[in-house]
This record gives sequence, structure tokens and C-alpha cells, in this order.
Amino acid sequence: MYKYTEEQLVSMKKVEATRESRLNNLFGRMSAEEKQQVLKENHPDYIESAYENLKVGPNKGGKVLHELADLLQGKSRVLDMDIDLSKPDYDVDVLVIGGGGAGSSAAIEADNKGAKVMMVTKLRLGDANTMMAEGGIQAADKPNDSPAIHYLDAFGGGHFAAKHELLYKLVNDAPDAIKWLNELGVMFDKDADGTMVTTHGGGTSRKRMHACKDYSGAEIMRTLRDEVFNRGIPVVDFTSAIELIKDTEGKVAGAVLMNMETKDIYVAKAKTVIIATGGAGRLHYQGFPTSNHYGATADGLVLGYRAGAKLLYADTLQYHPTGVAEPTQIFGALVTEKVRSLGAQLVNKNGEAFVYSLETRDVTASSIIRECNKRDNGIKTTDGEGVWLDTPMIEMIGGEGTIEKRIPAMLRMFGKYGIDIRKEPILVYPTLHYQNGGLDISADGMSTTVPNLFVAGEAVGGIHGRNRLMGNSLLDIIVFGRNAGKSAGEKCKSVELKDLTLNHVKEFKKELDDAGINPTKLSPQLLPNYTKQQNI
Amino acid sequence: MENKVNVFLFGKKYEVPESLTIMKAMEYAGYQLVRGCGCRNGFCGACSVIYRIKGDRELHACLACQTKVEDNMFVATLPFFPLLKEVYDIEKIKPNEQIMMQLYPEIYACVGCNACTKACTQSLNVMQYIAYAQRGEFEKCAEESFDCVMCGVCSSRCPAGISHPQVAELARRLYGKYMAPESKHLLERVKEIEDGKYKDLIEGLMNKPIEELKELYNNREIEK
Repeated sequence: MYKYTEEQLVSMKKVEATRESRLNNLFGRMSAEEKQQVLKENHPDYIESAYENLKVGPNKGGKVLHELADLLQGKSRVLDMDIDLSKPDYDVDVLVIGGGGAGSSAAIEADNKGAKVMMVTKLRLGDANTMMAEGGIQAADKPNDSPAIHYLDAFGGGHFAAKHELLYKLVNDAPDAIKWLNELGVMFDKDADGTMVTTHGGGTSRKRMHACKDYSGAEIMRTLRDEVFNRGIPVVDFTSAIELIKDTEGKVAGAVLMNMETKDIYVAKAKTVIIATGGAGRLHYQGFPTSNHYGATADGLVLGYRAGAKLLYADTLQYHPTGVAEPTQIFGALVTEKVRSLGAQLVNKNGEAFVYSLETRDVTASSIIRECNKRDNGIKTTDGEGVWLDTPMIEMIGGEGTIEKRIPAMLRMFGKYGIDIRKEPILVYPTLHYQNGGLDISADGMSTTVPNLFVAGEAVGGIHGRNRLMGNSLLDIIVFGRNAGKSAGEKCKSVELKDLTLNHVKEFKKELDDAGINPTKLSPQLLPNYTKQQNI
Repeated sequence: MENKVNVFLFGKKYEVPESLTIMKAMEYAGYQLVRGCGCRNGFCGACSVIYRIKGDRELHACLACQTKVEDNMFVATLPFFPLLKEVYDIEKIKPNEQIMMQLYPEIYACVGCNACTKACTQSLNVMQYIAYAQRGEFEKCAEESFDCVMCGVCSSRCPAGISHPQVAELARRLYGKYMAPESKHLLERVKEIEDGKYKDLIEGLMNKPIEELKELYNNREIEK
């Protein structure tokens, strides 16, 4: 059971004392200028020393975080191997790399096109960030809303940097994505007359956040997984892709696979490949804890980059404002934004609100960092500092039982440590949550530079610009997963592969040599190593 | 220096800091996990373990990522359990009692021992949701099982060989697709989009200069 420190208890009393008055006096929203300032001065994306310029590859000269640079310019696992590409172990139309929501959606849609599909995933099907997305999924399907309003919210929230054609697709295909999921049997929260229960997320101007309690991602993921199994789509699990294969014409043509347990190597030949490998939280950029699943190590970015796929906005990450700061056992775990959607406020050690609860994620996270660093109003925790998230307000607003009904996972997660979030506020601090950038694609889902290589989900860059709104990620894995599956399922019908080759890997190595880089770190990384460590 | 406790991983003793979860204790002991580790946040069900505290009669099950170590804890992991998953075509089946009888007839062999419920890592009333499934009460089964992470511990303890998580998955999909009320506003919006109703509106936005979009964004009306 968690035991609060004396300082935490004193501070908690102050939070209780101000609760009533804070409820009736909402903290105001920031102006555009104030937002810009708090970001510049506090957001981790603005820390120059954390970045370096890439020396080789399609984004040569572009800046990325050191941890990613080490992998993008890392040592390929296949260079010293003797691999016979002429005798593939698998031969398929569509190879999906990654077993999360995007990969599963893609596999289902490619299957609908009649293509021979295979999924490969380094852990189990469903071990993915999708599973952990708690808050919800956006779609403009209410009468007072429209895809155009959704567009403006997302474009502004992403600092006017999203690729137009991708964002257009995201918002315009959103209602159909919800319908598709609903027809697969996903249990959305609905009123008795069938009206979807929708709430605000940070940066939304309409209530368009659809949810399945606070197991939204889990409910979507387990349904998609069940559907993949029902269709008999082969899933090669505990097997990672360690390098893409091309043909002699430069088209992508499959992948080299490695069994995660036996380390056996397989060759998968494929007319089209879909990278749906997700994000990078487990790289712990700038030392941040992460809300991500165990396998989030940017593998797809590395595979794509070495094969010549361009990155877009790889320098921008999302730090979710509310990761768990205490208890230490779940440090960095996600406290869903829905907690704030339902009315909980962020409060400093003196019991004062310091930011409007539903600013965009980057602005809210930056405000928390400012409160702890510059203003010294944070509360000391086992692993650092945090601020209060005043959860008891939820039931003052929504009535008794709201927490159990709407955010049961949160109630359970803290309950395990003896913390009743209905009665006590919780301590939070930003946690590394999402990779805003990724591989550059066009609206059909294909890489802008490598033919027949499709990308979907968090591995894509440009859909959200430089910051993503809550609920647009579950949406993007469905919209762009389906999109990639349909496109690849069509495309494969006209593909004729020439001889397979890994020459691009050798060429990349030569580029590294020429740039004077002699990497020792193997990449893709595949898994983090926490053995005998500080147990991040 | 933090207090240490003894944990026995697969029977072998390791001394680990008492604040660690079972998962982190395994890593602290030097295990590089491949199996039995997924989201690390209590949602994916990859890391179920069975444990007994020395001298205690009772056998416990939990998620390794969500549970603190205790002194003299004997731990065995259960990274995989052979659940029975029947395949079906969601478009063709109907939400009636017969479907359970067809696909998962073993649920009617439940002996009411309640071992599933006692073992549940999510503290769900597993036997109750199986009872709902037996009676074709899919909505209740779906609600009662909603927080299931499909770890399979319940099934490992079941004398009747029931694959509880798969039964619940079927019930939820049946309810979500066929029984939950239809969302008319959703279907109408999808139709409007198919008819191209918002195309010009969004393209109009896309073609505006950034400065104008900033103006629109910063002054947009926000629903209360």
C-alpha cells in the first residue's frame, strides 16, 4: 500500500481546501502567445542539446534525438549473416509488420481484397500501444460537428504542420472508421437511444471523443485480434522484422525475420509490405519514463530509413501531461486524459490551479514542467516531482459512481496501491507517450520514396503535424491501417518482383563508413534492456 | 539503502528491493524478458503469474506488472495458456442462446466451483459472466466481463475446461454488433460524407493561407 510522505499529505490538505472554489472558478485558457511561450521555455522538443543532425540517409542534415540517431545510423543485424534470399520461407502478397491496431486493420482490409496476407509481430498479436489507449477515439458524427471542424481542431492543435492530404483523410474517414468498428462488435459507450456518449479531449472544440469506458483501445484491439483469428490470417508471433528486402528494381519485396526466442532467421518474400510497428517510448528519449508498451522501440523507422524511406517530423515527440508520478511501481504509466475530460483539475503544491485542464497535450505538459521547475510548485515524489490531478472533482460534477462507470481502469490501477481516486487526488508528471513524426507517406499510404512500402499507425509522420490531439491516434491507426491494407491489397495484384537483394543495406553501411560513423549499436533495437538497471 | 526481500523465481531465490513489481524484480534479477511482458500497464494480460507466499495455503494469481513483490514469494509465470478460440463469421452468427451451445458447449459443464472468480487478476466475477453466457444474456455477460485482459488464469483453474475470456469476447462482439442500439447520427454522417457533403468545406480550409487558418483556429467557437 502506498504511504504518502508528510510533505505530500500537507499539500493534499491544501488541495482539498481549495476544491470547492476551484470548481466554480475555472482557470482560463491561454492566448496563442502564452501557449507559444510556455512551449518554447519548457517543452522537451525545444531542448537543442538533446538533438543531433543525421549524417546519412534520406533525411541527411535533419535533426533527431540522439537516441533515435544512434538507431537510424546503427549497425544492421544482417550484415554478418549468410542469408539465401532465393529460397524464401514465406511468399505472400501483403506482409504486415506489427501486430497492433494499425497492422490488424490493414490485414483485415487486405484480406477483404482477396490478397494473401501474413502478419509478423515481435511479441503477441495485440501487444501494442493500441491496447493501452484509454481515453477514446475522435470522429465528427454529431449534428453540431463536422469533419471540417475536426480538421481545424487537429490542424491547429498540431501547430499548422500536418500534411493536408493526410489530415483530410483522417477526419473525412473518421465516422466510417467508427461504423466499421461498431459493425465488428466494438462496444462503444452509447445512450439508450443509440446516441454515442462523447466528451471533449484537449484541444477539441466539439465533444467528439467516443469511448469504451476507459478500455477504449483494449476493446478495439481485442475485437480486431479476434477478427484476424476468425479470418485465419497467419500471424507469425514472437518474430521481428530485422531488415527490409528489396528487388533489383528497388521496390520493397519482403523482410528478413528473426525468431525472438530461438534467433532463427527466415526470409519473407512479399509483393507489398506494410510497416505498422508503432512508436518509440521505450527508447526513453531525454530520460523520460514512458506510457508505451514493451516493444515500442522505433523499429519500423529504422527498417524504412535504411531502405530509403523519408522521415517527416521525426524530431517531435508527445509527452503526455499526466503520467503516474506516484506510486513508484507504476511510474510513467498513463493516466488517461479522460480524467480531465470528466472534470479533474491540475493543481500545484499550494492547492492552486495553474492551467486550463484541456489545453492541447504539449501545452499542458509544458505547464506542468514549468510549475515544477521554474515556479518550484511541484510536489516531491520517489522518482522526481509531480503535481496533483484532483480526481474527486469528477464525482462532484458527474455524481457518485461516475468514476467507476467511466474510468474503471484508473480506479483499479490506483486501487491496487490503496489509493481511492474517488476520495484522494493523484500525483502526475509528463510521460513519453507518442511519436508525432515518422515515415513520410502519401494519401494512399505508400512511402513517398520507396515503391510498394506502405506505412500505417504511429510509424507514420505528418498526419498530426507537430502535436497530436487525444483520440486522433486510435482514429489514425484505424483509418490509415484500413487505408494501407486496401491500397496494398490492390497494389499487389500488379506487382512483379525481380530478384531479391539486401544491397541497400550494404550501401547504407558504405554511406556510414564514408561519413566516418562506425556504429556499435545493433538496430532495430527490438526490445529495451532493463536487466539489472534502475528499473525505469 | 532500500529494504530487500527474498523472492523465488521459478523456485530460485533472488534478493530484490521491496518496492519492485514482480516484473521489475525479474528484470532486476537479470531476466531479459521476451515472453510474459507486454504493455507493462495492466491492459494486455501478457504477464500473468501464479504465486504462493511461503507457509500460506492459498495459491494466488496476478499480473506481474501490477503487483509488488512480497517476502518469500514463490513465483511461476504463465505467459501463455492454451485457450480454446473457436472461429466464426461475425456477419453470419446470431445473438441467440444456440450460438454459445454450438461454439462453447463446455460452459454448460460449469460445476460452480468459482475457482475462476477467485483467480481473476482483474477481480472480475468470472463465474457470474459465464452464467450470463449460458442463459444467452449477452449484454450482462459483456458488461460483467468488460475489464477482462484475457490473461487466461481463470481458464487454467477451471475443472470444466472453459475458455472464459473467449466466451466473453464472443458475447461482447455479439452485443456490440447486434444488440446495442443503433447510432443513427453516425450512419447519417457516414452517408453525408459518402455523398461528398464536406469535401468542398474541408478543401476550402486546406487552400487557405496559414495566417487565415490561425485566425480561424484561435477564434473558433468551443462547445461548453
